[in-house]
Amino acid sequence: MIGSIMGDIKVAHYSVLGPELYLAGWAMFLLLYGVYRIKQADYFLIFTGILILAITAWLVTGTFGGRIVVMNGMFIADRFAAMAKCLILGAGALVLLLSSNWLREENGRPFEFVILMLFATLGMMLMVSANDLLPMYMAIEMSSLALYVLASFTRDTAKSSEAGLKYFVLGALASGMMLFGMSLVYGFAGSTSFHDLGKLFAQHGELSRGVIVGMILIIIGLCFKISAVPFHMWTPDVYEGAPTPVTAFFSTAPKVAALALFTRVLLQPFGELVTQWAQIIVFVSIASMVVGALAAIMQTNIKRLLAYSSIGHAGFMLMGLAAGNTSGVQAMLIYLALYIFMSAGAFGCVMLMRKGGHQVEDIKDLSGLGQTNPVAALVISIFMFSMAGIPPLAGFFGKMYIVLAAIAAGLEWLAVIGVIMSVISGYYYIKIVKIMYFDEPGKEFDKESGFLVRAGIGLSAAVTLLFFLVPTPLVMQAKAAAEALLQ
Amino acid sequence: MLLTSLILLPLLGALMIMVMVRDDSEKSAQEARYIALFTTCITFFVSLLAWVGFDGSKADFQFVEKIDWFAGLNISYHLGLDGISLFMVLLTTFLMPICILCSWESVTKRVRGFMVNFLILESFVVGVFCALDVIMFYTFFEGMLIPMYLIIGIWGGNRRIYAAYKFFLYTFAGSVLFLIAILYLYNVFGTTSIPELIAQAPQLSLRVQSMLWLAMFASFAVKVPMWPFHTWLPDAHVQAPTAGSVILAGILLKMGAYGFLRFSLPMLPMASHYFAPFMFTLSIIAVIYTSLVALMQQDMKKLIAYSSVAHMGFVTAGIFAFNMQGIEGAIVQMISHGLVSGALFLCVGVVYDRLHTRDIDRYGGVVNVMPRYAAIFMFFTMASIGLPSTSGFVGEFLVLLGLYKVSTLVAFLTTSGVVLGAAYMLWLYRRVVFGEVANDEVAGMQEVTGREMAFFVPIILMVVWIGIYPKPYFNAMEASVAQLIKQVNIASEPSEVKKK
Repeated sequence: MIGSIMGDIKVAHYSVLGPELYLAGWAMFLLLYGVYRIKQADYFLIFTGILILAITAWLVTGTFGGRIVVMNGMFIADRFAAMAKCLILGAGALVLLLSSNWLREENGRPFEFVILMLFATLGMMLMVSANDLLPMYMAIEMSSLALYVLASFTRDTAKSSEAGLKYFVLGALASGMMLFGMSLVYGFAGSTSFHDLGKLFAQHGELSRGVIVGMILIIIGLCFKISAVPFHMWTPDVYEGAPTPVTAFFSTAPKVAALALFTRVLLQPFGELVTQWAQIIVFVSIASMVVGALAAIMQTNIKRLLAYSSIGHAGFMLMGLAAGNTSGVQAMLIYLALYIFMSAGAFGCVMLMRKGGHQVEDIKDLSGLGQTNPVAALVISIFMFSMAGIPPLAGFFGKMYIVLAAIAAGLEWLAVIGVIMSVISGYYYIKIVKIMYFDEPGKEFDKESGFLVRAGIGLSAAVTLLFFLVPTPLVMQAKAAAEALLQ
Repeated sequence: MLLTSLILLPLLGALMIMVMVRDDSEKSAQEARYIALFTTCITFFVSLLAWVGFDGSKADFQFVEKIDWFAGLNISYHLGLDGISLFMVLLTTFLMPICILCSWESVTKRVRGFMVNFLILESFVVGVFCALDVIMFYTFFEGMLIPMYLIIGIWGGNRRIYAAYKFFLYTFAGSVLFLIAILYLYNVFGTTSIPELIAQAPQLSLRVQSMLWLAMFASFAVKVPMWPFHTWLPDAHVQAPTAGSVILAGILLKMGAYGFLRFSLPMLPMASHYFAPFMFTLSIIAVIYTSLVALMQQDMKKLIAYSSVAHMGFVTAGIFAFNMQGIEGAIVQMISHGLVSGALFLCVGVVYDRLHTRDIDRYGGVVNVMPRYAAIFMFFTMASIGLPSTSGFVGEFLVLLGLYKVSTLVAFLTTSGVVLGAAYMLWLYRRVVFGEVANDEVAGMQEVTGREMAFFVPIILMVVWIGIYPKPYFNAMEASVAQLIKQVNIASEPSEVKKK
């Protein structure tokens, strides 16, 4: 046993862990350094954070090559993981950019924000590279613990503390269920390795009901992480209560990580049990789209509205997973990549909703923005129309790929439900446009906004608006990643 | 490059306004108006080049441009014109400068944004008619909702918000089913090119064709609009600013009928034949029912909006006659309706600018104060009714001729629409124009200005030209329509139909 483990260790192969080690090293160093030197978040720290994430992403591109499994089968580095990691790191950097203003408010927030984000990102990177149930669980916990703290980061406000607590309690429950599911799978199948489980199910089918129950519990845990219905209850409260930059982070990077992990778990170890899980995913997908479309209509708080919208988008992305083929995974990755920009951009705009130095969150506060601040209104409209799926904005092409994959997999009616739900959700997206352009102006927003924030929002808007000009790079990357996963 | 420049020119104009016109003062508003007018005029002249260069003897797509767009999905940037889309493009580029002119004085708030939206709209609409790739078509078809939503919502009447929502959601709901249909076609045939799909899609079995046909129908029927999907139209028309109504009636409605001609008929011929009686029924109901509804309207714009539904009923009936007269008539009727109902909305706009009401009862005796206006309005009323020597006559006559070949009953019932059309239009005209001067406000109305003449005269000339000498139009569309008829009638020869 020991020998076989030792035999696996080849130093050259461990280079695929480079990005994670690099990120972990810097995060720990910054933590130590920060305790003595920094105290408050400042531009230096934000830039360092972005730089670290960028270099890590660059290191990740070095693992684009083959499919390397290290740590005795615990850690896998393939094209799929690499692409998901790049998306996670990109989302992290984008959110850091957007939070630069907020971080320096009130004479600077504690510097741990950046450190926690780095640790959360590290956990997510490990999530998408997990090739065994154990590292999968540990990676989820690693990122979640950092996220719980982030949710309650403004600990002197009741809402944020409540959000953190709620997220923690419900997250712990979901983690517990998942762990229970994993133990069931281990108990009935005798292995935690994705590779072994996949082989086992391929040879012997589902083995026993216990495996199915375990799989369902794992699915529940992952559904919680991507805030899919019926495990979405925490989402509106946490999104509303958490500080807006944290919400922007929640709606992007963890979603990529959880969905990528979800995809790997379902298609690799449980790939042979597709008939068992496909119906669950289809149901969860439909339920998420319906709830996302209908529940958001009545929301008056923009963060809650975007929370429900993100539930709906998660449902749409699950449609790609339900398709379960290369084009489905490809579509999901494309959608995720575009959604990062739409969602981070939209929350970036929410950060600019400040009146008299205070954050406002009511959608009525946007009224007449088309006249008082035409640029901001235009940018928000781009995000809203894109989320509604109106071409030629990026969101449409994401939806197009998903629907195409669903049709190719013979799920025409699921596609029909999906597009009808996107029409219904179109209502509240254009409602925001209506408030900005058709209503009479209210009190103006504060003008001052950091250059970095505007750069971040501008970048997101530009990608959303102009994606149709050069779609090929993203499409091809996603295709290569999907093929690597399903080969 | 010709078609690309047609799409890019208005966008360029919009960009110029966004970059160069910095604020909303009266001076910069004037700059925005001139840039918009200039851009639309240039676009019109460029589109004339397309007509000049168009070879009417060929049925193929011309001026074709093709560049890869989505690698790996075989979706390309693919443009081209045939005898059907040529006139839709020309109609668009012709009406656009007129719309800019008619909103010269009536749109005073946020002029910059208005012009930007209008130019973007023009670009998208031209794109719809030029697109030879279904994804491109859909992109333009849907993308056009954004500027139109804003135009209705910002510059519209009192209930503009309701109308804008209704317009957006109705059209959006119809379109997504069309998206499903085209993605299904892509999934089967692996191409999104319209010419290739026209060549291959007819192999599908009747059952599949019917499903796809209904999905496409959902989109086009809302756009046309056909009864009973027409209810968004009166709201949108009445609430939209005059230029918005002109564009809606003149061009956007044509996109639905164009969709039938471009997609439903050639790609799904068996289903088209199968559903022809259904289409006739809806068209006849549209013609008769909405004409009756139009009779009872108190609001001038609403009356013309309902008359649009009735006139588009002729178009859809003509298309599904599947013969030369019917389809050519439908196309001429589309052009004619675009010009005439556009002009009627302009006529309403002219008096609305003066009295700020569209209520018919508030008018009366307008002829005494505005004789020139009365003459112009008279002309378009007659054109709408379909008086010989106007374009309306050519269109309606050919459609009825085509229908008569198919079914006497259908032709008979549709003809009753002509009579009803005369009734509501003449009654409208009598109530607004003739009689005693209704009140002091009417007495104080100013005669048609030079600017207003500038947009009426070209339309009058066009209507008379098509009415008297339509041959150039038929020459250009003949080959394309003949080919379309050949494609759609494959279905009636069962021996050739390959089942898939």
